[in-house]
Amino acid sequence: MKAPADPQAFVIAVRDLRTGFGSTIIHDHLNLDVRQGEIVALVGGSGSGKTTLLRSIIMLLQPIAGSIKLFGQEVIGIGERAAFQLRRRFGMLFQQGALFSSLTVRENVGVPLREHTALSARDIAEIADLKIALAGLPADAGDKLPRELSGGMLKRAALARALALDPALLFLDEPTAGLDPVSAGAFDELVVQLKESLGLTVVMITHDLDTLWQATDRVAFLGEKRVIGYTPMRELTRSDHPLIEAYFEGPRGRAAENRRAE
Amino acid sequence: MGTAASSAYSSPATLRCEANRCRLGGDWTLDGIEALDDRIETARWPAGNLELEAAGIRAIDTTGALRLLNLIAELERGGRAVRLTGLRESQQALLELVRERRASAGTAGTTPSVGFLERLGRRAILHLGSVVAFLNFIGEAAAALVRLALRPHRFRWRALFGNIEDAGVNALPIVALLAFMMGVVIAYQGGQQLKAYGANIFIVELISLTMLRELAPLITAIIVAGRTGSAYTAQIGTMQITEEVDALRTIGIPPMDLLVIPKLLALVIALPLLTVFADALSVFGGMVMAQTLLDVSFSDFLDRVPQVVTLTSFLLGVGKAPVFAAIIALVGCYQGFHVRGGADSVGRQTTVSVVQSIFLVIAADALFSVVLGGVGL
Repeated sequence: MKAPADPQAFVIAVRDLRTGFGSTIIHDHLNLDVRQGEIVALVGGSGSGKTTLLRSIIMLLQPIAGSIKLFGQEVIGIGERAAFQLRRRFGMLFQQGALFSSLTVRENVGVPLREHTALSARDIAEIADLKIALAGLPADAGDKLPRELSGGMLKRAALARALALDPALLFLDEPTAGLDPVSAGAFDELVVQLKESLGLTVVMITHDLDTLWQATDRVAFLGEKRVIGYTPMRELTRSDHPLIEAYFEGPRGRAAENRRAE
Repeated sequence: MGTAASSAYSSPATLRCEANRCRLGGDWTLDGIEALDDRIETARWPAGNLELEAAGIRAIDTTGALRLLNLIAELERGGRAVRLTGLRESQQALLELVRERRASAGTAGTTPSVGFLERLGRRAILHLGSVVAFLNFIGEAAAALVRLALRPHRFRWRALFGNIEDAGVNALPIVALLAFMMGVVIAYQGGQQLKAYGANIFIVELISLTMLRELAPLITAIIVAGRTGSAYTAQIGTMQITEEVDALRTIGIPPMDLLVIPKLLALVIALPLLTVFADALSVFGGMVMAQTLLDVSFSDFLDRVPQVVTLTSFLLGVGKAPVFAAIIALVGCYQGFHVRGGADSVGRQTTVSVVQSIFLVIAADALFSVVLGGVGL
């Protein structure tokens, strides 16, 4: 991919990224841009480095070389204070939810608010309750402990925590994995609705073909240690790159496309 | 409380009123709103109906919308009619979304306060229930033991030897160190008194009897409870969370057979051996002190040991060890199976496991003293 000229114009701008563990190189000269207000999905086979890329962007992993700009600010080698400020501007939904098991859902959602603001406990509880409702959970969910929630509710509770600080940027790691088709569809709708009403930019890892068709603006296909295709879903499925063809050409890929067409 | 990071990315929300018209401005966002908090309360609101002019709002997020809705609700409660004007379409949509979702939001439940007596009662019943459950667990373990004794080919020998190595062999250094130091301490404290009466040689009775009969078995059991009992709880507890225990059941391996019985037997074998080792090391510690402090040479000391220590007192000490071992292994495994939910539960049950097994070991030791004293041993 050609690197566009001005990285400041993007919410996320990854340039010439190289990551790896030990002697294994996972990404080499990887470029990726995400514009304000779009929903971008990262796809690719197992081991193509989707999670590594996401973890590098949210400063959980230190890349070997390259540049990652979040809101125009370089995050590689960023200072602790600047990182703290930056963390306030994005939310992350982990694959297993990663809710703190000793806290209720309301307290979980309140954790980022307590850490990052000086709001009173009452205000935090009120904001948390709103986020829980925004994530589509019933009114009594706030008092529950994570272990009392079903898989779909757990994801929604984790989404509520990711939304706690009203982030401009939201990362989702396999948001619909392990959900039944109805819950998964509802989750997709919720993400699109939140994006439209809150103006969110969303970056997600997903294997869910329905999600890719229903919810995304652009899909970045990872392979050969870089992004080998980065277009809207419809065009991506027409790509003649062998890896991309193999990924979408199965019966499941066609079925998802047909559902989209109906 | 966290740091109130005044963000460089936003300007504070503002609210200025003149006559019946208030102008809202700045960022009505989580960042911008923090500064506003007090001013809403103290603003001297003009009487009568109000117009809130929102065209100056630069940005609004859900938190800001919530605050704005609360403000309007508060004013309306005061009997005013409030008109909100000038919001852009997207901002209006956000406000509507928050208004709609807030209506369906829950609120922090007011848990009814529970009185002291009720709390006491609940806890008592809870503990009573756990005593019954623990007895059940002991029964199940015994049944599994019988089952395996009848079909020894199903016994997990590898697990047994692995556990003996973990709980026994690997514990040798720490048991050696602590037993030796225990011998040194007792010899030092006792030796000071004996020296005053010129009864130096009685250090042999002091050391060998207290160590062999009481202290070596007890200190070894306590080390093993902290070292191995806690590991049992943490291991089984984590397996419980990751559904590994359920997976074993599904495959047809009773968790009792694989996770409890080998641990129980391993500890029943290892702890008496560790106790003998601790006996030797603690007496050696006492000998070293006796020679340096009381001029009782190693050979004098060792000559006297067989005269004062009967086989009975040695066997009583070592004989307690299997009982302590069973307590530690059973409590450790039982608490592991009682892990529910997540990471915090593993921590809690591990603590409970160590506290309970040490408590029960000391209680059992006291019981031994009373009973054995009663039959004159």
